[in-house]
Amino acid sequence: MKVPLSWLKDYVDINVSISEMARRLTLAGLEVETIEYIGLPGAELEWDPERVVVGELCAVRPHPDADRLVLAEVEYGGAETEIVVTGAPSLLEMRGQEDLHLKVAFAMEGVRLYDGHAEGQVIRTLKKTKIRGVESRAMVCSEKELGLSDEHVDIIYLPDDAPVGTPLAGYMGDAVLDFDIKGPFAHLQSVYGIAREAAALLEVELKQDVLEVLEQHPAEITPTPDFLELEIADPDLCPRYSAAYIKGVTIGPSPFWMQMRLRLAGQRPINNIVDITNYVMMELGQPLHAFDYHMLRARPGEDKPAIIVRRAKEGEQMATLDGEMRTYDGEMLLITDGGGPVAVGGVMGGQDSEVSEQTQDILLEAAHFYFLNVRRTSRKLGLDTEASKRLGRRVDPELTVKAAARAAHLMAEMGGGTVVPVIGDVYPGRQPQLVIEFDPALAARILGIEVPTDEIVRILTSLEFEVAASESGTLDVTVPSHRLDVTRPVDLAEEVGRIWGYDRFPTTLMQDELPPQRPNLRLESNERVRDVLVGCGLDEIITYSMVDMEEEGQLWLADASAAPADYIRIVNPLSAERAYLRQTLLPSALNTARENLRFIDRVAVFEIGSVYLPVKGETLPNEPRHLSVVMTGPRESESWMTGQDRTPMDFYDLKGIVEALLAGLGLSGTFEPGKHPAFHPGRCAQVSVGDTMVGVLGELHPQVREAFELPEGQPVCTLEFDLDKLLTTWGAPRTLAPISVHPPVYEDLAVVVDENVSELDVRALITQTGSSLMRSVTLFDVYRGEQAGAGKKSLAYRLVYQADDRTLTDKEVAKLRGKIVHRLEREVNATLRG
Amino acid sequence: MTALQDEAERRLRAATQAEALQAWHQAYLGKHGALTTLLHGLGGLPLDERPAAGRAANEIKRALEAAYEARAEMLRRRELEQGPHVEPLDVTLPGRPARLGHLHLISQTRREMCAILARMGFHVHAGPEVELEEYNFTLLNMPPYHPARDMQDTFWVSDDVVLRTHTSPNQVRVMRGRQPPFRVIVPGKCYRVDFDASHNWMFYQVEGFAVGTNISMTDLKGTIVALLQQMFGSDRRVRLRGSYFPFTEPSIEADLECTICDGAGCGLCRDGWVEVIPGGMIHPQVLLNSNIDPGQYTGFAFGAGLDRLAALRFGVSDIRLFYENDLRFLRQF
Repeated sequence: MKVPLSWLKDYVDINVSISEMARRLTLAGLEVETIEYIGLPGAELEWDPERVVVGELCAVRPHPDADRLVLAEVEYGGAETEIVVTGAPSLLEMRGQEDLHLKVAFAMEGVRLYDGHAEGQVIRTLKKTKIRGVESRAMVCSEKELGLSDEHVDIIYLPDDAPVGTPLAGYMGDAVLDFDIKGPFAHLQSVYGIAREAAALLEVELKQDVLEVLEQHPAEITPTPDFLELEIADPDLCPRYSAAYIKGVTIGPSPFWMQMRLRLAGQRPINNIVDITNYVMMELGQPLHAFDYHMLRARPGEDKPAIIVRRAKEGEQMATLDGEMRTYDGEMLLITDGGGPVAVGGVMGGQDSEVSEQTQDILLEAAHFYFLNVRRTSRKLGLDTEASKRLGRRVDPELTVKAAARAAHLMAEMGGGTVVPVIGDVYPGRQPQLVIEFDPALAARILGIEVPTDEIVRILTSLEFEVAASESGTLDVTVPSHRLDVTRPVDLAEEVGRIWGYDRFPTTLMQDELPPQRPNLRLESNERVRDVLVGCGLDEIITYSMVDMEEEGQLWLADASAAPADYIRIVNPLSAERAYLRQTLLPSALNTARENLRFIDRVAVFEIGSVYLPVKGETLPNEPRHLSVVMTGPRESESWMTGQDRTPMDFYDLKGIVEALLAGLGLSGTFEPGKHPAFHPGRCAQVSVGDTMVGVLGELHPQVREAFELPEGQPVCTLEFDLDKLLTTWGAPRTLAPISVHPPVYEDLAVVVDENVSELDVRALITQTGSSLMRSVTLFDVYRGEQAGAGKKSLAYRLVYQADDRTLTDKEVAKLRGKIVHRLEREVNATLRG
Repeated sequence: MTALQDEAERRLRAATQAEALQAWHQAYLGKHGALTTLLHGLGGLPLDERPAAGRAANEIKRALEAAYEARAEMLRRRELEQGPHVEPLDVTLPGRPARLGHLHLISQTRREMCAILARMGFHVHAGPEVELEEYNFTLLNMPPYHPARDMQDTFWVSDDVVLRTHTSPNQVRVMRGRQPPFRVIVPGKCYRVDFDASHNWMFYQVEGFAVGTNISMTDLKGTIVALLQQMFGSDRRVRLRGSYFPFTEPSIEADLECTICDGAGCGLCRDGWVEVIPGGMIHPQVLLNSNIDPGQYTGFAFGAGLDRLAALRFGVSDIRLFYENDLRFLRQF
């Protein structure tokens, strides 16, 4: 919300600099996002006080040589008047007139102004020129040239009492504070509301006369005025409806100062009546609506117009002010007359009853609507108006008649009308004044500081709370009607805190009892996985949770398909590519690899993140934590050294990482041939920990690689594990295995087995048979070829035997070896190789 | 005798090879060396001169032995360093590449924040990312159509399920299951319909809340200041100002002095301050919704924007870079 400083000053004397006031308001919760200076120091275009002044247009003479130009004679406080060559439309009309006394914004050569003809805001220096043979070294300015708006059709005219020769910056320079007010606080959506806060913060007086129009011009307030029949059929949605009646207005432009303020506040001036409703809304925060009185219909058989506030009939229609025909549902509130709807309550007026050039009599609405319903209607209709913005944030219900009176008298003053001294007012939703018992000790308990009671009283009083001491030592605080947000003692503590200033609060470290500490094994185990993988040289990535269904589909080839119906779908996605919640991390990992391979030859990355699996009969999905890894590119980086291994990484590089991960987690896993549609058949393993299958690893299926546009000629090694499954048994205490002081015995063993016998089985047999004396079994050679025989392979192991309590004898070792060989022969049909 | 010592030391300095050193040793300290002979000759001195002469001779012997040891050590080292089988290296050539993996910036920052808060007694919790509207909004004082919902543009899954817009639903989730006192942090992904250089539609928050019999706004300020100053340095200024959130009362916003311009004002911060941690005292209604008696207990809560803190920490001007996973970016940290 934009608030011109000059307007704010109508209600409060500001005794500090603009930036200091903005700082204090910001600290108190009224965030000033920007301060825009108009013509003053700090503005992009500062009006030179010597050269941009109030001028008086004395006469307009014809240009000797051009029909579309005139010579304007301007008095500006200098020794002589100045002749300005101009083509401003209003001046062309005044051609030949003398003795004019019109006040204008006058600028002399050498001054910097915005170029009126340029696109956007371009600063130019005004230079002396000859236009069609007449010298001109000054100009009369448009709004655009001064930076007031984009308007450049005509020049601006200042009020008649503007003092000639005064610097324009001093006369109408301004600063506009742009507030970002969060929350349902209609009381801060007005200039007066901001002024009230400023007065409390600066400890100065607030001028209240704008709210006291009824004291100066008393009016009868009645539910049955003789000019209108008033009925609220649905008081739950409309607790109060007030209406004033103004006769005999003349529609025309509003005065300069009002247009100026509206413009600075971001509103386009329209005509005096509409401008006044906007002005009073901006000033006091009460939205108003002006009906053309004679367009309002009476009920059948009645003679005076009727206003009936009721819920819409399902499907009822009416065109709003913006020309749009709209349809309403049964929870939307309509303002209707004797013939049908004339406005959408709190949101927008109807087209048929709006004020026009011909309007003479005005019915002015000022009403209070239930805020959540206003917001619902505004949402459903897609109509976010200045009125709904305020009424959707709880406007003071006591404000209706005051604002109506204020606007009515402005209309009389500026539109030449007469205010009927009767205000129609139906108020079924009147609430009793709220009194909160407030214990100053609560402020101390919540805020942590002792604010003296008299300071609490001062702060609350400055915000228009009435404070009385009760017998029990607490305070009875009466909440003013504009503070509908304050309902509990803690709300008062907040008022004290923010006005006192959180920046003045000391810092303390909690002295409260230290709660018992507990570990979070799931998160800690995930961190451990990260550490191990980073230790293995992998880089961590984090990708988006929303994915493209098509890409998920590409993983599954023809074997299976990802059915969108099985996925969680976002109703309002940012794009179709981000409309579903992922069930696998692989597509994002593959995309990341592809993008990086454009710049980097070797990619080895991992991600830990949730996937989202709908559960039948449950509202929320399961969110298991998954791990993905992608590795592709040369095994070792390029280097000047000889012997760098530049062959592409393959299955076993990835498996090595998995083995390191399992070891780092203190887990042991088993690998078996696996199957997964995204993986190369025959180059895929599944891993189990205990009896639980935790995931698959392998080389990507060539077709999937193609679908993800990954390079040919190098395997893309990838895995996806369910981390929650992998880590079920993580965290069990590990104890040291003693390191034997007795010498080990080393021995090699080479066996030939059929190709279909898995190495794992052979190794398991050796380990098992060797039992506690077998310290390690390391495969150091795999050979296929002539010497092994067709369909066979030779496996060579280095065995280490060792006992904890004695030195092993050759005899013992030979016996054990014999047992191993025997079992291998018997169980996997192995033959010992020479 | 001093003449002998001078001569011996001079000659020792001249011995540059092991053989020469050995010869020197024999010549002075050996069985028939000059000093040995001298010591043997002491017996010929008059009785009253013997002790003084003996002391002096022994002193010289010790000095020469020490000098010999030092010289021998020096020559041994020279031999090892400059021997014929040791070739000098070009130390300016790059080393054999070792592989260094990188933790994502977000993970690094999250760990740092969690570690700091853990030292203050907070423990870590997790909650669902796909959340009931009830927990995300209603139980946090945001009934349907409440204006505060505008502050959090929401991805909807269905009429009553959303992607959580903040980590705050975990306040109710965690509190419902336990008795104060407790101090909890919940780091995690959140989602909002928002996309520019300082907002992304997926981002991380670190929710923190503490409930007990004696928890106040100054504790919140102390906790936030401790967190930020441990991350950004103890001279980095932090400012608290009033704000509004429906689930805290009073509500505050903590601003950090901009790390880009050091508070002078720049494109990122405008006025020298960057909004980093919103928070406040937990609203009594939220405590009630969590089965906690607001008459007995008070608590504070905050929801730190992890992405923005990481951006400030590492000079990242566009937070959307975090999830593009360009390794040229990630490998810098």
